[in-house]
Amino acid sequence: MIDFIARRLIAIIPVLAVVAIFVFLMLRLTPGDPAAVIAGDNATSDQIADIRTKLGLDEPIWTQFAIWIGNVLQGNFGESFFFKKTVAELIAQRVEPTLALAICTLVFAVSLSVPIGVMAAYRQGSLLDRAVMGFSVLGFSVPGFVIGYCLIYVFAIELGWLPVQGYVRIGVNFWQFLERMVLPSLTLSVGFIALISRITRASVLEVLNEDYIRTARAKGLSNRVVLMRHALRNAAVPILTVIGLGIAILIGGAVVTESVFGLPGLGRLTVEAVLSRDFPTIQTVILLFSVVYVVVNLLIDISYTLFDPRIRY
Amino acid sequence: MFSFRKSALAIMAAAGVSGVMAAAPVQAQTLKVVMHSDVKILDPIWTTAYIQRNHGYMVWDTLFAMDEKFDVKPQMVDKYENSADKLTWTFTLRDGLEWHDGKPVTAEDCVASIKRWAARDSMGQKLMASAEGLEVVDAKTFKLKMKEPYGLVLQSLGKPSSNVPFMMPKKTAETDPMQQIKLEDVIGSGPFIFKGDEWKPGEKIVYVKNTKYKPRAEPANGLAGGKVVKVDRVEWIAMPDIQTQVAALQSGEIDMIESPGHDLLPLLAKDKNIKLLSFNPTGNQYTFRFNSTAKPFDNAKVRHAVFVAFAQEDFLKATIGDPQWYKVCKAPFVCGTPLATDAGMADVLNGNAAKAKQLLTEAGYDGTPIVLMHSTDLQVLTNLAPVAKAQMERAGFKVDMVSMDWQTLVARRVKKEPPSAGGWHAFLTSWVAADILNPVMAGFFNASCDKAMFGWPCDATIEKYRDQFAKETDPAKQKQIVEDLQKYWVDHPTHINVGQWYAPLARRNNIDGNLTAPVPVFWNVTKK
Repeated sequence: MIDFIARRLIAIIPVLAVVAIFVFLMLRLTPGDPAAVIAGDNATSDQIADIRTKLGLDEPIWTQFAIWIGNVLQGNFGESFFFKKTVAELIAQRVEPTLALAICTLVFAVSLSVPIGVMAAYRQGSLLDRAVMGFSVLGFSVPGFVIGYCLIYVFAIELGWLPVQGYVRIGVNFWQFLERMVLPSLTLSVGFIALISRITRASVLEVLNEDYIRTARAKGLSNRVVLMRHALRNAAVPILTVIGLGIAILIGGAVVTESVFGLPGLGRLTVEAVLSRDFPTIQTVILLFSVVYVVVNLLIDISYTLFDPRIRY
Repeated sequence: MFSFRKSALAIMAAAGVSGVMAAAPVQAQTLKVVMHSDVKILDPIWTTAYIQRNHGYMVWDTLFAMDEKFDVKPQMVDKYENSADKLTWTFTLRDGLEWHDGKPVTAEDCVASIKRWAARDSMGQKLMASAEGLEVVDAKTFKLKMKEPYGLVLQSLGKPSSNVPFMMPKKTAETDPMQQIKLEDVIGSGPFIFKGDEWKPGEKIVYVKNTKYKPRAEPANGLAGGKVVKVDRVEWIAMPDIQTQVAALQSGEIDMIESPGHDLLPLLAKDKNIKLLSFNPTGNQYTFRFNSTAKPFDNAKVRHAVFVAFAQEDFLKATIGDPQWYKVCKAPFVCGTPLATDAGMADVLNGNAAKAKQLLTEAGYDGTPIVLMHSTDLQVLTNLAPVAKAQMERAGFKVDMVSMDWQTLVARRVKKEPPSAGGWHAFLTSWVAADILNPVMAGFFNASCDKAMFGWPCDATIEKYRDQFAKETDPAKQKQIVEDLQKYWVDHPTHINVGQWYAPLARRNNIDGNLTAPVPVFWNVTKK
């Protein structure tokens, strides 16, 4: 197992190297000039050229890459072109809302979708099953921002139960933090619940037809025990895989959800950085997302061993 | 009705924890506002972006300021005089001016600030090019010596929009103009103090009332007069989504939106708790910019043909829609301002496709496709290029409209390559009226070839008129120069003004006191 983890961790290095080169080149080769953005609408060409020089953007592309990668290897991710802050500081400021949103969404989605999926499988063809399947289709089809606006209209404007937007840090006021997390997490959860409940239903249905389930029932075990101890555990591997893949959806969804609900997280930082062509920030955030994605998938792979004793690394 | 907040408080009370909570302090009056953009850069001299200009007005003060009637009035300056030969200007600062760190504002600070501003601002550059130098006389007095009489000294120092000559402490003003000032140097002498410890880019920027600020005795008027702050704290909340901004205003989470989208104005107008206020009566001007170096726009007659082909109202209807928020106005120096005139404009902007076609034939237009850059992500600009394309095609132009996001356009417009090799022929943008009140201030009138803004028009006659205007001290003669310039410019356009538009702010009914000014300012604003 330790060998496996070590091998996987080492495998992260070439992945990150490819991501770094790809992101760097994409940013330099696509249109857009941070110096022109910084200088503003009334700037002359000379002023823009001066700013470009100050930012080192007039250096050859490979020189720029060498400087950047050299700094990254020393743990220096550079300074944002705009914020006059290091990218590490910016990310540290923005990580809490995104982490909170991701955790709330995951907890909410998993705790709701797995039981729904199991019940839908257990009562295949029933009204509940059809409702779950219908909801799944809806959850996949309706864009996150539409769900967000609908929730804002109902719960914030019409009913006045929850705030429209904003973020309060967990350490400042827990209740206000919670109030402001409900609608964004709910919005982001919808697609996630649709995905996981559908996969859970399919996996559990497959397992329910296995001989050992019949044996368990013949032994006189209750439905709850059969479902939870035998069926769900054996159906867990595909569900875990989907949850792992869902992290990517979560990152993408956070970009939209954070914009709609005014959460100052990494998703919005990414959008702002892309729109203003803040190269050091974009490069570092994409690298960070890659690391998160790879590590989450490693954790998912490791967790398989907890549910399926046949899997050993 | 269930309330999450109330329920949480009830649970806390039931659990007996409420007793340990401290007594609530007297609530400070906090104004929560969503501006048109988040503040990422803190230096209003380093960039010309409007959000930094607005931030500048919170923190820093100006020597002079423009009132509602476009007259320049002293602000930090107590008295000033121009010598009999009109070559030496002497400025004396008001008593009691202090930086936020408690140090006095001195003439040395002002001289350093003017120098840094002039290194970045086109009007400042023109002023300093005519100046012999700046000289500190004593702690409160300095002199500006000119090589020859110059008619725009006060207009330059009282320039209302980007870049505004904000006064900064000498140490800050000595920062390289090409570098941003540091976070700890955001210290002004203005009516609000920037809270660096609470600034969270992407979340909010906070200003508190400068209790030591000594406002002028005159009532506030435009950007001039007494800057009396009537709230304790102003928070600019970063909220990129317009729909969410409107929902937050309707629910009372915020007090004001500086610039709600035009398509949401009917929704806001229906809400009895919200008022729409057009605080900037001169508004903004849509502009079509030529690349005067690229064929066929290097030919003035072809550019003039576009002028003849265009009709303003089509642009305005397509982008703004409601006539309440736009104005057909041929005057390039903005209707409602002292230099507004229709001189020379009778035969243009009438949508006369037949006349434009004839002009194109006379000019020998060979059918070269016009590369028209179309920005797609800024709502107030998106529909302009398709209208321009349609009107130009009606006049016989071939138009290749290239769609892109605004930042890509911004990067491409500085490229001097031929349009077929990544350059461009034309694009549309918008100016805040306060930036284009005269031919020296208006960047697109600069026709000094390579030194001009993107588009690089090269026209000695326009430059001659601009110089004459700058050196003329008699307002009546200045107006005559503008009329002469305009008559010439119509036939040799550097750009085309395609209509004036207004963006009201939306505020809740308990907010009052917004001043009529080209910039949204927060002194004089009250919250009940």
